[in-house]
Amino acid sequence: MTGPDVAHRAVEAAARQSRARLVAFLAARFRDLAAAEDAVADAFRIALDLWPRQGVPREPEAWLATVARRRITHALRHGAVRRAAEPALTLLAGEAEEAAMAARPLPDDRLALLFVCAHPAIASEMRAPLMLQAVLGLDAARIGSAFLVAPATMGQRLVRAKARIRSAGIGFELPEPQDLPERLSHVLDAVYAAFGTGWEMVAGGDTRGADLTGEALWLGRLLVELMPSAAEARGLLALMAHCEARRPARRDDAGRYVPIDLQDTTLWRADLIAEAEAQLAAAAALGRPGRYQLEAAIQSAHNARADPAGRPQPGPDIRLALYKALMAIAPSAGAAVGHAAALAGTAGPVRGLHALDAVAGLEEYQPAWALRAHLLAATGDMASARAAYARAIGLAEDPAVRAWLAAAAAGLNDGA
Amino acid sequence: MQYMMVIYETAEALAKQQDPAEADAYWGGWGAYVQAIQAAGIVQDGHGLLPPETATTVRITDGRRQVQDGPFADTKEKLAGYFVIDVPDLDTALDWAARCPAAAQGAVELRPVMPPMQEPGGGA
Repeated sequence: MTGPDVAHRAVEAAARQSRARLVAFLAARFRDLAAAEDAVADAFRIALDLWPRQGVPREPEAWLATVARRRITHALRHGAVRRAAEPALTLLAGEAEEAAMAARPLPDDRLALLFVCAHPAIASEMRAPLMLQAVLGLDAARIGSAFLVAPATMGQRLVRAKARIRSAGIGFELPEPQDLPERLSHVLDAVYAAFGTGWEMVAGGDTRGADLTGEALWLGRLLVELMPSAAEARGLLALMAHCEARRPARRDDAGRYVPIDLQDTTLWRADLIAEAEAQLAAAAALGRPGRYQLEAAIQSAHNARADPAGRPQPGPDIRLALYKALMAIAPSAGAAVGHAAALAGTAGPVRGLHALDAVAGLEEYQPAWALRAHLLAATGDMASARAAYARAIGLAEDPAVRAWLAAAAAGLNDGA
Repeated sequence: MQYMMVIYETAEALAKQQDPAEADAYWGGWGAYVQAIQAAGIVQDGHGLLPPETATTVRITDGRRQVQDGPFADTKEKLAGYFVIDVPDLDTALDWAARCPAAAQGAVELRPVMPPMQEPGGGA
């Protein structure tokens, strides 16, 4: 392997391992996320230029921290960063030099960075995009495409959100203990939003979605590492790992959609199921149940079908109880549909249909129409079932789901 | 806010309209989408178009009419139809564009509709 190859790999490895820590470190000291990101990007550009010629430094992270600190200092002198950050400079200069000299790891400010991105003063729909950019370094075009927002629009929104962090003076300190549960729930919701977006894109056969679920899992693991005693962080990680475990079985070899009950469980990833179960058990041991733990428990009940430990498959009544508890603390369209399906499984399709009727706001929610169609068919009302399938097909984004629903509709037997 | 949703389909997708093995699935998907978007109450106008081979194009060059068949341009995606929808914002329009069957094979372009022109001389 030649010098430039080694250097490029070293830059890539440093970007993976250190980028978030560097951004968090600088942002926390200068209270300017955009300037921190620019300085870190500059440092990586300089590394790409210099390392192939001069060799990889012995402590890449400390080297990058020193260069990034110089860049942000430079930007500050030229007025790009507000002057209020000046006192931080002296402190930082000392810290960064010291880190470079002693090769001590940087202080880990990533948790504070996550809390800033998910601050209540930031619009809720911008929290996940902000995290993906600040912590993972994704660009606005990628994020826009993942969240189905025009790239230029997403770019503007990210710039505005960062300006808001600076001008509103959002602090990079960890929340006070009394604010922690609420602030943490915003962080978890943002990570889950990124996962959910990626999940639907995977369904749509879009490979960028696979990356996004992977990145959300990465954020989930980071949160558990940084906050090991947060039960809901473990619950969220368990939930995401359980879902991700089934990904290889969601399509057959021809790319056709396979519903969960028909999936080949030998394709489910045992490593992720084991990780999820371990997280769920650790969360339960903390004795603070919550929405994500409940959702993970529902997925755990599904995945018990392929549990290497041979757990008995929980009955439909267990799933119903879990959905009831979920509806009580975190009602959502997805929970409502799951609850109606579980109810139909124990009390029959008519009860399931009543449960669907009782929930407002499902008019444009495709899974609700698909379940309605399925339940109507079970009651023998084939004409209404056909109409409900048509609505579900019209609301589906994923061509494979569309094809599956169309086949289900075509398979309806009039029987009359 | 009004957007025109301009729908482009690939030659392969358009060929499904006539293919006996594919036509039911093709029209079924479109029928369901049209029904769903109508049910949402946002459609101002919309039509599918017959294929580009059926088009006739007029240009005036040096003061003379030039009438041509086509276009037969070799573009991968062909204009297949449009909707004009009235939705609160671009994000909502994008949701509906993503559900359009053409989004998976061709492309769906969203263009804000120009506000109505001022009356000459101003309305004051």
